[in-house]
Amino acid sequence: MAKKQMRQAIESGCPDGFQYMHPVMLKNFGQWKYHDHPRPGVLRHVGHSGDVVWTVKAGTQRILDVFTLRKLCDIGDRYADGHVRFTMRSNIEYMVADEAKVEPLINALETAGFVVGGTANSVAMISHTQGWLHCDIPGTDASGVVKAMMDELIDEFKNCNMPNRVHITTSCCQINCGGQGDIAINVQHTKPPKINHDLVANVCERPSVVARCPVAAIRPAQVNGKPSLEVDEKKCICCGACYPPCPPMQINDPEHSKLAIWVGGNHSNARSKPSFQKLVAGGVPNNPPRWPEATMIVKRILKVYKEDAKDWERINDWIDRIGWSRFFELTGLPFTKFHIDNWRGSRKSLNASTHIRF
Amino acid sequence: MADKKHPTPMLDELEHGPWPSFVSGIKRLRDQHLDERVNGVANDLLGQLEHSYETRKGYWKGGTVSVYGYGGGIIPRFSEVGKQFPESKEFHTLRVQPPAGNHYSTDMLRQLADSWEKWGSGLVTFHGQTGNIMFIGATTENTQHFFDEINEYGFDLGGAGPCVRTAMSCVGSARCEQSCANEHKIHRKLVNNFTDDIHRPALPYKFKFKVSGCPNDCTNSIERADFAVIGTWRDAIKIDQDAFKEYVAVKGRQHVIDNIVTRCPSKCMSLRDDDSLEIDDRNCVKCMHCLNVVPKALSPGDDKGVTLLIGGKRTLKIGDLMGTVIIPFMKLETEEDYDRLVEIAEETIDFWADNGLEHERCGEMIERIGLVNFLEGIGVDVDPNMISHPRESSYVRMDGWDEEAEKWFKRKMEQRQAPASETV
Ligand code: HEM
Ligand code: SF4
Ligand code: SF4
Repeated sequence: MAKKQMRQAIESGCPDGFQYMHPVMLKNFGQWKYHDHPRPGVLRHVGHSGDVVWTVKAGTQRILDVFTLRKLCDIGDRYADGHVRFTMRSNIEYMVADEAKVEPLINALETAGFVVGGTANSVAMISHTQGWLHCDIPGTDASGVVKAMMDELIDEFKNCNMPNRVHITTSCCQINCGGQGDIAINVQHTKPPKINHDLVANVCERPSVVARCPVAAIRPAQVNGKPSLEVDEKKCICCGACYPPCPPMQINDPEHSKLAIWVGGNHSNARSKPSFQKLVAGGVPNNPPRWPEATMIVKRILKVYKEDAKDWERINDWIDRIGWSRFFELTGLPFTKFHIDNWRGSRKSLNASTHIRF
Repeated sequence: MADKKHPTPMLDELEHGPWPSFVSGIKRLRDQHLDERVNGVANDLLGQLEHSYETRKGYWKGGTVSVYGYGGGIIPRFSEVGKQFPESKEFHTLRVQPPAGNHYSTDMLRQLADSWEKWGSGLVTFHGQTGNIMFIGATTENTQHFFDEINEYGFDLGGAGPCVRTAMSCVGSARCEQSCANEHKIHRKLVNNFTDDIHRPALPYKFKFKVSGCPNDCTNSIERADFAVIGTWRDAIKIDQDAFKEYVAVKGRQHVIDNIVTRCPSKCMSLRDDDSLEIDDRNCVKCMHCLNVVPKALSPGDDKGVTLLIGGKRTLKIGDLMGTVIIPFMKLETEEDYDRLVEIAEETIDFWADNGLEHERCGEMIERIGLVNFLEGIGVDVDPNMISHPRESSYVRMDGWDEEAEKWFKRKMEQRQAPASETV
């Protein structure tokens, strides 16, 4: 149904950011000397030229309605210099060249209900995905979990009382779009997919579904006289990888799709090399609308980390120092057979030494 | 105004509490927006979301939607419960590439908001984890209208599907003293070289570029990018000894020893008796810790460049992989340097397009065929900086050792003769 006059796209790709950049940033591009941190939520960068730029960072609901977006713009026009940027974790940043503008800007943001913070040793905004609001495969919501959790962690966002920064992520399926985090809250299915055999033949490209399974548990089969697929339920690891290419293989289960909590993912090369997160808790109920059980565990981990870690230790650095045995002891989380890895390369995660802390 | 508002008792629970509520935002669109279309969409979206909360299930399914001439960039969403919630039954997301570094003027944001409320739901995210502006919720028809409008003033779709994806870069040189690179230029040079591969998905699977100006790696590129570009330097860390002594005077020696000297992973520093700092730069691994603690006194050196790592990705299919080094250091000063960077990216994508299996990420292919085969495929020589340690297993065929050793000596000789700007 090609329309008569289809417009030819201009394949311009990624726009030039310089045209929108705050003039002081533009002028001092590549010429910054150092920064300091006058108060939580505020950074002060000083250039070799002597120029100074103040940044005020604020958390939002991330899923912005146009009213909220315009409100953020109004604040930018009235109290900042009409330029903003967004951080990796979807916070908004306002830059001003004049110190006198900082306090009024903070007041304007807070009065409008935004949360100034997220800098230095704070619990940063939780990075999250789409969930029930928009994804086609989610086991849980994303924005809702994060809203409920940030309500509880807001003081840690507004202050900088952690040993080092804490990046929390969430993922609403086991593909784990949310990425690695100091703490990650991810869906973990516990039952194999339930197959609607009437639909498979029409909806799924069977060979590619078979190929998608990480443990080769799927094979083609005739069911009720129709071509379908079957799953070796003993082999199945309930990862849900088959579900996106074959929606009749329903993996999401209101009861048995749980949340699992992982810690120690750290993308930075600072001190230790980047690290992947490790499983610490499973079987956490997927409990809308406020997911209190997951938040409780996160708060418990944060409390122990805050008390026990040394300055500058990220969660992975801290656990490297104190050992896993102490981590489970301090957090009171149960250690189970599920914590012992059996995926490829897992022997490297076993303790082949007598290094044991008593 | 929507005729009949769906009750949302569970979502209402997310309007309490001090953090800004996205539910309140969607309700504003339902109750206050002047366009009835927007009211209706928001109402049915809330209805469907409440239904998900009640049943703990998602109700969106995919499909095929694109704009004229493109094969990707839209995440199609059709409701499985569209009969109950007809006004949001087509609710596609447009992935739009943000300006490099995520900078905006408020004027530009307003212009985007105007276009979006005209054609879409009025809900938008800056940005999704993929790095795109996510314009969430448009019908199939309006997807084209919205794209046409914003494309006229400089915005283009990002990637979705088996294609090159939208890139990300850190704030970097624009406002960060640690930056060793022009992230903006790298970001746009790389990704804008592949616009065809972004818009017309034809690769084995997704391919992501991410650019960080220094090893702090604020874009998570090692863990999340198939092709990570990270700024670094080769010469000595710059020390402003007066500023360092001032820091010691304020914080105390114990603090400095406990938080800086003993935290260096390669144990390459020492606090002198006069409170100045000594760094054995040959053993510095550029971990950034000391520079992060005392940015006023310590800065990256002058001989800047980038390290390239290939193969980072998340769980599907074989488990999480980190990117690993393929170019330990290259300068990015001249246009030829940038061309070489783009060339490495092209070689990588071409080799992977030819050798990757369907739905196999570049890192998974390397895991399957071995790093050496990949390096030979893209014409890059082996280097000890690519490994944590040499082989531990003796199960390997090593005929041809002498020729390989000869290559190494020849390369070393050439490097000694070449100007310092060459790759180490
Ligand atoms: C609306 C639907 C979807 C959205 C919004 C979405 C979004 C995302 C996002 C934000 C990420 C993180 C990107 C990053 O790290 O740069 C991601 C990663 C990923 N997505 Fe999706 N995704 C969707 C559907 C799917 C589907 C259907 C599949 C599988 C067929 C899939 C496979 C993956 C995988 C494997 C990753 C892992 C991260 C990586 O290796 O980069 N996604 N997705
Ligand atoms: S990656 Fe490095 S250069 Fe980029 S913003 Fe982070 S600290 Fe600065
Ligand atoms: S940059 Fe890292 S490795 Fe180098 S001296 Fe500082 S702490 Fe040590």
